[in-house]
Amino acid sequence: MNVLIPTPLHSYTGKAQVEANGATLAELMEDLDRRYPGIRFRVIDEQNRMRPHMRFFVNQEAVFDLSLPLTEHDEVVIVQALSGG
Amino acid sequence: MAQPNESSAVVVLVATRKGAWFFHGDAGRRAWRVDGPHFLGHIIHHMVLDPRDGRTLLAAATTGHMGPTVFRSTDLGRSWKEAARPPAFAPRPDGEGRAVDHVFWLTPCHANEPDAWYAGTSPQGLFRSDDGGVTWSPFSTINDDPQYREWMGTVQDGTPDGPKLHSVLVDPRDPAHLYFAMSGGGVHESVNGGRTFTPLIDGMEVVGGFDPGVVTYHDPHCMRMSPVNPDRLYQQNHCGIYRLDRPGREWQRIGRTMPEEVGDVGFPMVLHPRDPDTAWVFPMDGTDVWPRTSPDGRPAVYTTRDGGARWQRLADGLPEAQAWWTVKRQAMNADALDPVGLYFGTTSGELWMSADEGAHWTCIARHLPEIYAVETAALE
Repeated sequence: MNVLIPTPLHSYTGKAQVEANGATLAELMEDLDRRYPGIRFRVIDEQNRMRPHMRFFVNQEAVFDLSLPLTEHDEVVIVQALSGG
Repeated sequence: MAQPNESSAVVVLVATRKGAWFFHGDAGRRAWRVDGPHFLGHIIHHMVLDPRDGRTLLAAATTGHMGPTVFRSTDLGRSWKEAARPPAFAPRPDGEGRAVDHVFWLTPCHANEPDAWYAGTSPQGLFRSDDGGVTWSPFSTINDDPQYREWMGTVQDGTPDGPKLHSVLVDPRDPAHLYFAMSGGGVHESVNGGRTFTPLIDGMEVVGGFDPGVVTYHDPHCMRMSPVNPDRLYQQNHCGIYRLDRPGREWQRIGRTMPEEVGDVGFPMVLHPRDPDTAWVFPMDGTDVWPRTSPDGRPAVYTTRDGGARWQRLADGLPEAQAWWTVKRQAMNADALDPVGLYFGTTSGELWMSADEGAHWTCIARHLPEIYAVETAALE
């Protein structure tokens, strides 16, 4: 499926749009990490929690559960939260 | 600290809130060439060149949003590669375990353990790499030990930008003899290669009204081991400046002899590479709400040449008034030349140095981001 990558993570992917697979959001992140080593830990911590300022959207809906099932036609967007100042 | 010979040139490694810089000095330490920024926009908490091989450079990095990592270079920053497995706590099945917020401290292990490094993190954790920083694993049992977790306290007990494990010290005579400090959580020692640690807090004071017998209440800011006498430790604490001569176990508050109007609160502590009686500190205002600025807006380094019996103000060249910055615990260091060069980076982004052990000071960079750490290294 198509995954939109935020600019801070382009150092891993080299581009904004990438392809990855997974039956759940967690599996999708595992696949992304196989393709782009290191990317997962910048987004998901060692307790399998989304990091506080990283957000996920699936088909434009905010998602907070990594076990969410995905289909190959879903569109996944990883966003660096609009926080900071 | 690097161990240069007389022909070495010094490079100063500057880690900041917004990236990293190298400052290359000429032989006289008068002219400085800047190289940077590296990792612009990344928070670099510490950057250390391995004195054992003179080429492995590690940088502890994070950003405001992404998780922590460690970058590695073997060509002094011309190229960087990320750690394949950065420091991370052991996962817990219930997902309630701790997560590393940032790697705060990097220490090369013993000279006989090439490629081995220790890392201290926020929240407090101790990690080790045996492959030059490529992969990291939890070290010792302290990260998950119930007693140590109690001593580490909660986020509410920690320093404002996160509780930290820092000041990992390795006895050059024995790689199994280790120390570390925690803010908060006291000073700890291992004599068995990290299999177990025990507190070393006797004589250290805590904030008024609290029991100094409770490890949790202790807040050592920076602890150093004399390069020429590993039995001598110095410490800048939240509550004073201390010295400990092993095998003794009771810290002596040597900051009592500091001028009363300045006090003995601060963050960094720097030791002389050849004289165990000489140390430098950078006091800050720890009154009222803890402004964490130079006392009275008049920054100064203080030195002792007699193990803390007396202190001397060293401020020639520094601003004489209205300078409201201070120096963080990792942001002051020395080279190993003769006379010793001293370097500190300020919270306002200035890099200062003295080529005569603090007698005179020169600003060698302004307008950098807030400086978190300053290390020196010798290049042949």
